[in-house]
Amino acid sequence: MSALLEVSGVSVTFDGFRAINNLSFSIGPAELRAIIGPNGAGKTTFMDIVTGKTRPDQGAVLWGDRAISLLSLSEAQIARAGIGRKFQRPTVFEDQSVTENLIMALKANRGPFAVLGWRPRAADMDRVAALANEVGLADALPRKAGELSHGQKQWLEIGMLLAQEPKLLLVDEPAAGMTLAEREHTTRLLVDLARTRAVVVVEHDMEFVRRLNCKVTVLHEGSVLAEGSLDHVTQNPDVIDVYLGRG
Amino acid sequence: MTRGFLSKNPSILIFLLVLSLFTLGVTFLSETYGIAFLSTSFIKTLGKTLCLCLAALAMDLIWGYAGILSLGHMAFFALGGYMIGMWLMYARTEEIVVAALANEPLPATAQEVVNGIAGQIFGVVGASELPPIWGFAHSLPLQLLMVVAVPGVLALIFGWLAFRSRVTGVYLSILTQAMTLALALYLFQNDSGLRGNNGLSGLQNIPGLSDVPQDQLSLWFFWVSAFALGVGYLLLSWVVSGKFGSVIRAIRDDEQRVRFLGYSVEGYKLFVFTITAIIAAIAGALYYPQAGIINPAELAPIASIYLAVWVAIGGRGRLYGAVIGAAFVSLLSSWFTGGRAPSINLGFYTINWVDWWLVLLGLAFVCVTLFAPKGIGGLFDLWQGLRAPDRKGAQLGPDDGSLQEQEALK
Repeated sequence: MSALLEVSGVSVTFDGFRAINNLSFSIGPAELRAIIGPNGAGKTTFMDIVTGKTRPDQGAVLWGDRAISLLSLSEAQIARAGIGRKFQRPTVFEDQSVTENLIMALKANRGPFAVLGWRPRAADMDRVAALANEVGLADALPRKAGELSHGQKQWLEIGMLLAQEPKLLLVDEPAAGMTLAEREHTTRLLVDLARTRAVVVVEHDMEFVRRLNCKVTVLHEGSVLAEGSLDHVTQNPDVIDVYLGRG
Repeated sequence: MTRGFLSKNPSILIFLLVLSLFTLGVTFLSETYGIAFLSTSFIKTLGKTLCLCLAALAMDLIWGYAGILSLGHMAFFALGGYMIGMWLMYARTEEIVVAALANEPLPATAQEVVNGIAGQIFGVVGASELPPIWGFAHSLPLQLLMVVAVPGVLALIFGWLAFRSRVTGVYLSILTQAMTLALALYLFQNDSGLRGNNGLSGLQNIPGLSDVPQDQLSLWFFWVSAFALGVGYLLLSWVVSGKFGSVIRAIRDDEQRVRFLGYSVEGYKLFVFTITAIIAAIAGALYYPQAGIINPAELAPIASIYLAVWVAIGGRGRLYGAVIGAAFVSLLSSWFTGGRAPSINLGFYTINWVDWWLVLLGLAFVCVTLFAPKGIGGLFDLWQGLRAPDRKGAQLGPDDGSLQEQEALK
């Protein structure tokens, strides 16, 4: 199976601090993967590199069957190539309605001229309604996103990600601030999504990772410490030493 | 999505209705077609005000909607004026030169006519040849094209350089202001080819219409200005109503997030910057024939700051707010600075409004920014019972230009 995303030998230094150190990582086209690691392990920087926000000092990031280098693309081009990102804090456009937020995220031509002439067709509105239904916001469509509760904003952002129809989803701490029932819903959704696309979940919460029941990558000081099933990595002495043991 | 564009945006119909009633009213009160209540100079002031409103609409699109505080849009306005002024001056001088040469025993050659025009126009700066930039000035269609093309290309190049380097916020404002100042200083030079600090004058005389009296001409320009404002309002309402409006408002509030949605933020900013520069230029091309004269002082950075003040006082992020702000403040300004406002005698000091108007305007600007960020437009929200959300002082996005709590609607 060829990899969808192949990160090899990537390093990043911020003012002398090596945030990512010779990191290699790869994920297949329909795979769920959890990334865990203590604070400062480089989880967020890793996502920044993949989404184009941070440029690595060295290494390669290759994408898709044709192995395109993501390093020469802008953030917007990477997003259009099919990488969606969910931030830790919910970031939605608070002055706009839930419908407007979702319409903006819908997969469509992103050029200014195309967007200028774009008008919603019945199919688009059906898609928006279906997405809102999926994330439990069907009643909130005309409301401003800023009025929603924290959890609802998380859901709206997940809905926007789904609307983008990405091939790879990067999800930063999806369960933060969610109730138990919402967590279960999120788990089901992520597992479901991983059947058709790659999903990378960065998470602190071990219980949540256990529920995802997937391959786990442990990051430490900017490189991969261990990889495998959760049970496998939790038995790894290095992992116990740097991460779990301190808990 | 069964409702039409106009029924979803009732404010457009109200605006167009008010604008046409105003136009009809002014026509009825004019000297030419009505009861001669309004003087020609006042009709010119009103026509000019409509052009300023159009420029304010452009400013609202770029600042109120896209969150880019450009302090250089009056430069594009003035450039539009210069471009139309070149044709007006050339064609008008051509009429005079041809009439003068008609008395000569031999018929004048084309070159003699051009030399005569150049001597007439550039005598004041001690030159007698037409600079190359006047190459299109003989043709109205070509020069009209320049009204759009010159400011458009300048905005495209400047914007491309600025946005590509991701200059945002106050730094971009400073950069646009520097552009205005540089352009003004360049035009002040005699060898810039636009008559240095003399500028272009006599623009109120429209070539081929010398038989039409000014009172009639001023009304015609008033109508065209009102029409342009109406069309501009419709166009911009359409632009901001759909997904494009959504995207630029999103850029205003959180541009990084828009990037991760796959939109090229720089492309959108450049698009908005260029389109608003062109609108401002068209407004300028209608303004200066009514003003009669244009010189490089029109490009002073203060003019662009005024534009921002009008939009702020009217209420940014709503098109009618920009129009109301521009009309209200610029008319008030001409009343105060025209010496018609009565001075206030305090006994020990007399407040002369010609001197104190700027202080008053500055105070009003500060007060609006601090206490009523929605500006005059906020009164309509009050009237409709719309309120700002209670966000405990949080803005609607992380960016500098993002909407503040008090500006948003629940």
